[in-house]
Amino acid sequence: MGKTLYDKIYDKHVVYSGEDQPSILYIDLHLIHEVTSPQAFEGLRLNNRHVRRPDLTVATMDHSIPTTDRSIPFRDDVAKKQVRTLEENCHDFGIRLFDLTSEHQGIVHVIAPELGITQPGQTIVCGDSHTSTHGAFGALAFGIGTSEVEHVLATQTLKQDKAKTLAINIEGELPKGTSAKDLILSLIGKLGHDFATGYVIEYRGEVIRHLTMEERMTVCNMSIEMGARAGLIQPDDVTFNYIKNKKYAPKDELWDDALIEWRSLYTDDDAVFDKTVDFDVSVVVPQVTWGTNPGQVAGITDVVPSIDSLPFDQRKAGEKSLQYMGVSSNTPFEEVKLDKVFIGSCTNSRIEDLRKAAKIVSGYKVADSVTALVVPGSQRVKRQAEEEGIDQIFIKAGFDWRESGCSMCLGMNEDIVLEGERCASTSNRNFEGRQGKGARTHLVSPEMAAAAAITGHFVDVRNWVTREREEVRSW
Amino acid sequence: MVKPFTSLTGTVAPLDVDNVDTDAIIPKQFLKRTERTGYGQFLFYDWRFEDGEERQDFVLNEPRYKGSSILLGRKNFGCGSSREHAPWTLADYGFQVIIAPSFADIFYNNCFKNGMLPIVLSEDQINQLFQLVTTKSGYEVTVDLENQTVTDSHEFQAHFEVTPYRKRLLLKGLDEIGSTLEHQSKIDSFEDRHRIYYKLEHGSI
Ligand code: SF4
Repeated sequence: MGKTLYDKIYDKHVVYSGEDQPSILYIDLHLIHEVTSPQAFEGLRLNNRHVRRPDLTVATMDHSIPTTDRSIPFRDDVAKKQVRTLEENCHDFGIRLFDLTSEHQGIVHVIAPELGITQPGQTIVCGDSHTSTHGAFGALAFGIGTSEVEHVLATQTLKQDKAKTLAINIEGELPKGTSAKDLILSLIGKLGHDFATGYVIEYRGEVIRHLTMEERMTVCNMSIEMGARAGLIQPDDVTFNYIKNKKYAPKDELWDDALIEWRSLYTDDDAVFDKTVDFDVSVVVPQVTWGTNPGQVAGITDVVPSIDSLPFDQRKAGEKSLQYMGVSSNTPFEEVKLDKVFIGSCTNSRIEDLRKAAKIVSGYKVADSVTALVVPGSQRVKRQAEEEGIDQIFIKAGFDWRESGCSMCLGMNEDIVLEGERCASTSNRNFEGRQGKGARTHLVSPEMAAAAAITGHFVDVRNWVTREREEVRSW
Repeated sequence: MVKPFTSLTGTVAPLDVDNVDTDAIIPKQFLKRTERTGYGQFLFYDWRFEDGEERQDFVLNEPRYKGSSILLGRKNFGCGSSREHAPWTLADYGFQVIIAPSFADIFYNNCFKNGMLPIVLSEDQINQLFQLVTTKSGYEVTVDLENQTVTDSHEFQAHFEVTPYRKRLLLKGLDEIGSTLEHQSKIDSFEDRHRIYYKLEHGSI
C-alpha cells in the first residue's frame, strides 16, 4: 500500500521507535518566540542541559511587543522583561534571534517562509498552535507546549505518536470576489470547530493547486481551528518558485539536491486516508463569523442565525455566543456596525493580503465611527508595501500603519478591542476575550475587513465599486 | 520531571460549556510572566471576576465547588492555543483531573507533562456526572490511574483509556528529556545521514 505525504515525512524523521514509547521524531526547524519559551530555557538551566542544535533554532519576538514607533521604549515592564529574557536566552545558548532592530523581524509564521527557512519535507515545531501555517510548503508543522519546547531544545527531537490522516478534496472553482480566507472559514463552518481533532489534514484538489503560496498559508494556518494537529499541501512548482532565491534557501548544487528530494513529496495514488471529505467551493460567498469560535460562521448574504436554525447539538453554545457577541438573530450582516477593523495576523498580513485590501480602500476614507489599523506581518512585508505605495493608500484613508507583530490578533500589547466594541478582524480566532476583555470579534478576509472599515458595517465586497477606476470592480 | 499521579479522590466542579478555549482558561494579559507557577489566581479570569470582584454567577465561585480537584467539562475542552499556561493555571488552582467527552490535541498532551490527568468519557457518562454533581452537594469521585477507572461511592463507575506510555509517565513521574537522551547515539547517527537544506549564520542577532 502506498504512503500519504504525512507518512512519508513522518517516517523519514523517525530516530527511534520502540514499543515502550511514542516514536522519537527528529525536528528540522524549531521556531521560538518570547511568550512560550522562557520557562523552557529555565528548565534547561535547572537541569544543566544545553541546546543541542542552536543552528536549527530560530527566534523572533512578535506576540507581546508594541507595534508603535520602535524608538520609543516599552511602556509595559512585564512585556519588556519577557523580551529581555528571550534576548538573554538566545545570547546564552547561541540562538539566532531576529529582534526588534532586525530587518527580518515579524510574526514567526510570516518570517520563516519569507526567509526561505521553511521548506518542504521538514518537521517544524513552535510553541504556537498556528505553526500549522508552514504545512503550506509540504512540511509537517505543528504547535507544541512549553515542556515540549524544552524537549526539542535539549534533544532536537520530539516524542510523537502517528496521527490519523484526513484528506480534504477541494473541488470546483473559487468564485470571483472570494478568497482563501473565505474558503477555509466556510470549510470550518461546514465541518465544525473540532472535526479534525487528532488528524493531520492534507488539502488536495485543483483549487489548492491554483492557490498562491500566501493563499495556501492562509488555508493551512487555520487547520488548528478545526482541531487538526497539522495541515499539509503537497509541494509543487508554485512552492519551489516561492522558495527559490530566498535568503536561506539552498543555492546551486544544494538546490538541485533539495529539489530532487522535494519532488518525491506526494501522496501515492494507492495510499489510504483514515477519513476523506469532499468540499465544493463553487458556492462559497464572502464569510463572516457571528459567534465565538471560527466554526460559527455564515455568508455575508445571510442573516445572523437564530437558535432554532442551528443543529440541535450546537444550540446551547450558539446561544451563549450570540449573547456574548451582542447581535440579534436574523439581523442581516450588512447591518452589523463596527468600531474597529484589524488587518493583520499570521493568517492575513502578507503582501498579497495588503494589496487586496488596499485595492478596496484606495480613494475612500475610513468611516468616522471606525478605528482601523494595518499591521504588516513582518518588516519585509512592511518595506515591500511601502515601496509599492500601499502604506500611503491606507494612511490617506485614515488607517493606522504599524510596525510588524501579532498585535490585535491576541491583544497582548496595547492594541486591544475594548469591552463591548465590535471588530472586523483578518485574524484566526474569535474566542471570547481574544482581542480584549469583552471584545467582539468577527473574522473576515482582508477585502471584507477593508470594505467594512470604509462603510462602518459589513458589506459584500463582490459589489464593491473601486474608486481607482469608478466601476464595479471586475474580479 | 513530570509530577507523579496515581489516584485521587476529590470533589467535582462542573463547567457546563462546550469548547472551553485556552484564552478563557488563562487570558493573554497573564502570559507575559516568565515563571511556570502562580497562575491559579488568573484561572478563567474574565468569567470569574468583574472589576476585581468574584462574580456570583460563575460556577467555580459557588462555595460548594471551592476546593474541588476534579473539573468536569464539555466537548473540545482546551481548544485554541498551545500555551502550556493553560494546564499550569488549572493545576495551580487545584485541578489535577479534567473529565470531558473530548479534548483539543495540544492541551491534552500538555496536561500529562504537568502531572495532570485528562480523562475522556462518553457523552452519556458525562451527562450522568453533570446530573450527579449538580444534584448532590459535595459530590466526590475517585480516579484510579492504575486501573483506569472513575468511580463514586454509589452508582457511578467508568473505565477510561490512556496510552501505556502516558500512563507510565504519570505513574512513575518520568523525566522525558532524560529518557530521550538515553538514545543520544541514535540521534547522532540520524544526524549523520539526514540532510538540512538551510543554514543560518550562527549566534544571536
Ligand atoms: S498573529 Fe495571532 S495567531 Fe498568529 S502567531 Fe501571532 S498571536 Fe498567534
